[in-house]
Amino acid sequence: MGFSHSHLLGIEHLKQSDIVAVLDLAESYVDLNRRQEKHADALSGLTQINMFFENSTRTQASFEIAGKRLGADVMNMSMGTTSLEKGESLIDTALTLNAMHPDLLVVRHPHSGAVNLLAEKVNCAVLNAGDGRHEHPTQALLDALTIRRARGRLHRLNIAICGDIAHSRVARSNILLFGRMESRIHLVGPSTLIPAGAADWGVEIHEDMQEGLRGADVVMMLRLQRERMDGGFIPSEREYFHRFGLDAEKLGFAKPDAIVMHPGPMNRGVEIDGTIADDINRSVIQEQVEMGVAVRMAAMDLLARNLETPPSGSAV
Amino acid sequence: MLPRRDVQAGDRAEALLLSNARLVDPEAGTVISGAVEIVDGKITGIFTNDGQPVGGEAIDCRGMVLAPGIVDLGVKVCEPGERHKESFRTAGRAAAAGGVTTMVTRPDTTPAIDSPEQLEFVARRAAQDTSVNVRPMAALTKSRRGLEMVEIGFLKDAGAVAFTDCDSVVTDAKVFSRCLTYAGSLGALVIAHPQEPGLSSGAAATSGGFASLRGIPTVSPVAERIGLERDLALVEMTGARYHADNLSTSAALPALDRAIAAGLDVSAGVNVHHLTLNELDVGDYRTFFKVKPPLRSERDRRSMVEAAASGLVGIICSMHTPQDEESKRRPYEAAASGAVGLETLLPAALRLYHGGDMDLPQLFRALALNPALRLGLSSGRLAVGAPADLVLFDPDVPFVLDRSTLRSKSRNTPFDGSRMQGRVLRTWVGGKEVYARE
Repeated sequence: MGFSHSHLLGIEHLKQSDIVAVLDLAESYVDLNRRQEKHADALSGLTQINMFFENSTRTQASFEIAGKRLGADVMNMSMGTTSLEKGESLIDTALTLNAMHPDLLVVRHPHSGAVNLLAEKVNCAVLNAGDGRHEHPTQALLDALTIRRARGRLHRLNIAICGDIAHSRVARSNILLFGRMESRIHLVGPSTLIPAGAADWGVEIHEDMQEGLRGADVVMMLRLQRERMDGGFIPSEREYFHRFGLDAEKLGFAKPDAIVMHPGPMNRGVEIDGTIADDINRSVIQEQVEMGVAVRMAAMDLLARNLETPPSGSAV
Repeated sequence: MLPRRDVQAGDRAEALLLSNARLVDPEAGTVISGAVEIVDGKITGIFTNDGQPVGGEAIDCRGMVLAPGIVDLGVKVCEPGERHKESFRTAGRAAAAGGVTTMVTRPDTTPAIDSPEQLEFVARRAAQDTSVNVRPMAALTKSRRGLEMVEIGFLKDAGAVAFTDCDSVVTDAKVFSRCLTYAGSLGALVIAHPQEPGLSSGAAATSGGFASLRGIPTVSPVAERIGLERDLALVEMTGARYHADNLSTSAALPALDRAIAAGLDVSAGVNVHHLTLNELDVGDYRTFFKVKPPLRSERDRRSMVEAAASGLVGIICSMHTPQDEESKRRPYEAAASGAVGLETLLPAALRLYHGGDMDLPQLFRALALNPALRLGLSSGRLAVGAPADLVLFDPDVPFVLDRSTLRSKSRNTPFDGSRMQGRVLRTWVGGKEVYARE
C-alpha cells in the first residue's frame, strides 16, 4: 500500500504502513547521505519553502539539507515576529507564499493546530516542523528510524519518555507513533509536567525514574525549557537533575543494552549527564541527527510523488 | 405563510386570535390544545378547543406549538464599537427569526456600558432598529476593570435589568463584596461569570486527554467551582441577589445546590452549547467550537442537562457572541471565543426535548419564564394579562443548518452542517408579528 497523504501534519493521520513506508525509503537515503556524491533528483525543479515562525537552527538546517540533496530549490524564511508585528495574519502570509507556487511548505509555528489551518489554505504539500505543543512528526519518524536500526524492530519495545511531557510536541508525536507500532510507552516526569488526562492515552505514568525505566529498551529524554525551571513547574534545576536527570545510576534501571535518545538541544547537567550523552555505546543522539536528514528526504519525496502534477524527475 | 381567515367583526375588532395551537404553559407545566386571544398587545383570553370566541382577525396555527417568546439572557450586540460583527438591526432580525422576543443585552461592548449615557445609547439604538424587546444589562465596575463600581442607582433607574462584568471576573474580593452590598441595598441583580482567573488564564480548552493530545492550553473544571464558591460566600455575607450566568461543570453544582437550599437569593444559567456539545466536537481545531467557558467533557454535559431538567440550573441561554470571520480564522489558541446563538437556541434546546430530557413546559420555563422572573419582567408566561410575546414553531421538522442563511451579521455557529429539528414559524412581540417563515 502506498503513502497516499498530501500533507504531513502529524503522526495522528498516519497508518502503520505509512510509517513503515517512510522509514523504508529513508533507509535508502541514509546510504546516499553517507556517500561522497550525495545528490538525487527526486525533488528536482520543485520549490521548497521553510517557514519558521519560531526560532530553530537544527530542524531548519536538517530540512534545508534534505531538500537540497534531493535537488529542490530551497528558500528559508525566518518569520520571527516581523510578520506578526506588521499585523499580517497567518492565513494571509500563507496565501502570499502560495501565490509564489511552492511545492513543499515546511512550517513551524508556536500555536498548536496552526499548521493544520495553514494546510487548508494552500495548494502545495505542507510538512509540520512542529506546531505549539501538538505534533512534530518528522522528529518521531527519525526517532523511530534510529530505534529500528538500533533494536531491529519497532513493536513490543518498552519506551520510556522522560521529562517535560506537558510542553513537548516530540512526546506527543512519539506517543502516537509507538502506540501505533504496539510498543509500551512509559511517561516519566514530575506530576507538574505530566499533562492532564495523559492516563487516557494508553500509556503508563511514573513519577519515579527507577520505576519508569525498569526494563526499558529505549530511554528518550526531553529538553526542559529554561523558563520552566524557575519555580513555576519544578523547584530548581538541581532538584530536577537529582530526581529526573539521566545519569549512570538511573540508566542502570533500564535494560543493559538500552539506548539513550534526546531530540536536542541538550541541557547537560539538567536532564542528562554529559558522560551519558557522549557514551557511544549507549547514546544514539548523533545518529538521531543523521536519521533526521534521511527521514525528511523520504517524507518530502513521498509527498512530492502525491503532488497533483508529478515532477518529471520523480521516481514513482 | 399560514393561511389567515377573517372572522366576523365583533365588538373587539382589534383582537387577534391564534387558534388550533398546542399551547405550552410553563407556569402550569401543561401543553393543551387551544387558542390565544390578543388585544392591545396583551393576552386577553386562553381557550380550549371547544370554546373559541369570535374575535377580529384569526390565524389557524394548524396544530403547531405556541409558547411564550424566549427571553435570552446575555446577548451580545456589538454596538457600540464593533458594529461590523453585529448591529441592533441584524441581531433583532436574528432574534425574531429565532423566537427570541426579549434580548437581554450584555455590556461587554467597546466601550463597556458603564454609564447612564451609554445605556441611553443602547436603548435608543434598540428602539430605532429592532422589533423585539431589548433589556440592557450594565457593567458592574467601570470599564469592566474590577476596580470601581458603576453608578448602580442611576443605571437601574435608566433601565438596566442587571449588573455584570461578563467574562471579566472581579478578582478583588473586597471590591466585589462592596459591589454586592451596594447592589443588594438597591435590590439590583448582580450577574457573574464564576471563574478562578489564575487557573483559567490563557486556557482555550478543558483539561483532559483530548485537549492535551491536541496541545491546547487548558483549564481544569475546578476553576469554575472555585469562582462560584467564592462568589456564593460573598453573597452569603452581603445578602445580594446573584446569578451565575454560564455554569458548565458538575464540580460547580453542589455549591449551587447548597446555596439555594440555604435560602440565598441565587440562580444559575447554562449556555445551550454546554448542553448539546462536548470537548470532542472541537475535532481538528475547529474554532467555531471555541466558546467561553470551553466545551466540557461528556460527563459534565450530562450533569448540566440533569441540572437543567431538575431546575437547579434554571435558565438556558444562547450567550450569543458574534465574531467575524477573521477573528475565527486563526490558530485555535489565538482565535476569538464565542458563538452566535439567537437563531439556533430553540432548535438546539429542542434536542433536549427530542432526547427525552425535558418536556416543552420545562424547556420554556428555562428559556422564557425563569429569566423573565429573575429580571422582574412580565413576559415569559402564557397567561391572561401577560404581554403577547409569543413564538409559534414546529418542534419536529428536521433540517440541516446552513450558516450562510443566518440573519446575524456574524455567522460563527458551531451548528453549521448539523442536523437539527424544530423551526420557528411566526414570532409576535406585544401582539405584533415580527417574523413569519416564508
